[in-house]
Amino acid sequence: MNISKLQEKLIAAARRDRPADRVPYAFEKRVMALLAERAAAVRHSAWVTSLMRAAASCAMVALLFGTWTFFASSGSPASDDLSQDLQNTLLASADPTDTIDTTP
Amino acid sequence: MTLPGSARLDFSPVRHSSMIPPMERTEAELIAAVLSGDSASFEPLVVKYSPRVFATARRYARRESEVEDIVQEVWLKAFDKLRTFRGEAPFEHWLMRMTVRTCYDFLRGHQRNRESSFSEISEPEEDWLERFVADPGSAAEDADAAKLLVRRIMEKLSPSARLVLTLLELEDRSVKEISKITGWSVPLVKVRAFRARAEMRKILARMAQDKYL
Repeated sequence: MNISKLQEKLIAAARRDRPADRVPYAFEKRVMALLAERAAAVRHSAWVTSLMRAAASCAMVALLFGTWTFFASSGSPASDDLSQDLQNTLLASADPTDTIDTTP
Repeated sequence: MTLPGSARLDFSPVRHSSMIPPMERTEAELIAAVLSGDSASFEPLVVKYSPRVFATARRYARRESEVEDIVQEVWLKAFDKLRTFRGEAPFEHWLMRMTVRTCYDFLRGHQRNRESSFSEISEPEEDWLERFVADPGSAAEDADAAKLLVRRIMEKLSPSARLVLTLLELEDRSVKEISKITGWSVPLVKVRAFRARAEMRKILARMAQDKYL
């Protein structure tokens, strides 16, 4: 079999075989619907990303404050009774023993 | 995922751009409208160029569902990358380059049928081959069997060989054009075209061996 001749024949056959250019019904509507769907998904994912970033920032701030509070309190003399300390702190403004120095 | 236009995209059927009907606007106006956030202006472009994109995709994929997937991907890519279209060349050229590249990606992802034997050749194809063996002149090029046979052989080629043969031999494009479409250098296109022809001859030789030895 003459392979080169066969190749030529088949390429000529392929050249004559023009593919159809028909488009399925309402194909453009399908594409537009897909694009709209994706745009909504992009907006949703943008929200999710922003919220995730905000949550990460909040966690960082909480961690920093926690660390700062821990080290700040470890430097000062701590009392043995934590509940008494908390009560004193909460009621500090209403402490009747506090005197206001009004002398000029 | 980046979408063209920093403005919020609007897919509502309400017309924008001074309420000009989309079909009366030029291509450049439609593209500018899409880039400024009016995504509905993309539809006339899809309507106008889909036949061409479908015809190209049908050269590389046989099943209609695969063809539709390719074309859909082309349009989604075109929408995403519309900002990169600078308007120096016609939109159609830019789109066809994207189509061919998407088809090439498709071929690279679907290489499963390449190693099959020629035992599944249909009777009309076998008859056509036998006619060719008996008298090469009597085997008509426009016979359906020849078209089926060449499609079968093209499916067995490597993706790069199929792409370069399709562009060079079937679509009659120049080496320079192919270089622009594929992004390969001119010498690389020439090398790949040479190798593609050799690959095709090798497949034909294997087919002849399977059938006649």
